[in-house]
Amino acid sequence: MTFKRFAEIGRVALVNYGEDYGKLVVIVDIVDQNRALVDSPDMVRSQINFKRLSLTDIKIDIKRVPKKKALVAAMEAADVKGKWEKSSWGRKLIVQKRRASLNDFDRFKLMLAKIKKAGVVRQELAKLKKETAS
Amino acid sequence: MAPKQKTRNPELIPGVRKVSRSQMYHKRGLWAIKAKNGGKFPVHAKQETLAAVEEKPPKFYPADDIKKPLSNKRTAKPTKLRASVTPGTVLIILTGRFKGKRVVFLKQLTSGLLLVTGPYKVNGVPLRRVNQAYVIGTSTKVDISGVDVSKFDDKYFGKQVEKKKKKGETEFFEADKQEKNTLPTEKKDDQKAVDAPLLKALEAVPDLKAYLGARFSLKAGIKPHELVF
Repeated sequence: MTFKRFAEIGRVALVNYGEDYGKLVVIVDIVDQNRALVDSPDMVRSQINFKRLSLTDIKIDIKRVPKKKALVAAMEAADVKGKWEKSSWGRKLIVQKRRASLNDFDRFKLMLAKIKKAGVVRQELAKLKKETAS
Repeated sequence: MAPKQKTRNPELIPGVRKVSRSQMYHKRGLWAIKAKNGGKFPVHAKQETLAAVEEKPPKFYPADDIKKPLSNKRTAKPTKLRASVTPGTVLIILTGRFKGKRVVFLKQLTSGLLLVTGPYKVNGVPLRRVNQAYVIGTSTKVDISGVDVSKFDDKYFGKQVEKKKKKGETEFFEADKQEKNTLPTEKKDDQKAVDAPLLKALEAVPDLKAYLGARFSLKAGIKPHELVF
């Protein structure tokens, strides 16, 4: 009901539109009602519209507009990358990327694995059915 | 490319050069060449021109002027291979009776076509030529270092010229046609010779043989432009 994720200084967000699509960035300052100043270890600090950001649960402790070094240190201290990769959202994105990068041969092996798994599951199910029937 | 030559006499504005005629003479060093050669500019001795052979006028002129076709000295180069297509790559054939088959690429022939084999035992594709345009190159590579493909060229795959037999009434009805349809044993042996080392290489990688035996197809929800091959 109430809001839980705020667009504040230190909020980690995911860019969902534009050149930097898919990057995790930290809100470093608020420009005005619509825009924020945003920064990340691998990009030049720039302004971005809030509409292009998807806020995450992660927040780090920084002062307004920190130096790049300070920002990187704060991100390391809060282990933003680790937290992100453990979160269910982060894990989903990793899986999506992995699936998109599959080779034709990989897709074939995946199909074989799926069939095998389904076979095993079906066998167990048949066993259980037999037990309940008898 | 050769470095840009320095002009001794640059054009300052259109029509006006920097250095005058006499100054250019001095710059070019023609005075030094003359001095070296005793006051005169060195001259090559005139070459003896052979006396022109007397051509007889032709006895016959054609009624109309026949136009000569323009000369064409172009030589065809074999097609440039895409970066994804290298010897040993698994290719997906897109057209023809083997469409969808995954096949091993051996080498490019002089005509530009790709020499390809199933291997035959795995998916029924024999040693065959295939055009690069009708093929998807996957990123899966097979080790073909043990395979010798030097004897195969475009002539090997050309249609066999049949000797013309004299037509006799009885020969019309004889089973001549049946002889031509079977593959000569030579070609079968070639296929086996090429495939044997290949099969060994295939078995080294798990599931690769099954992969080559299966056909490629698009399923629901798959977007070809997003697929990584």
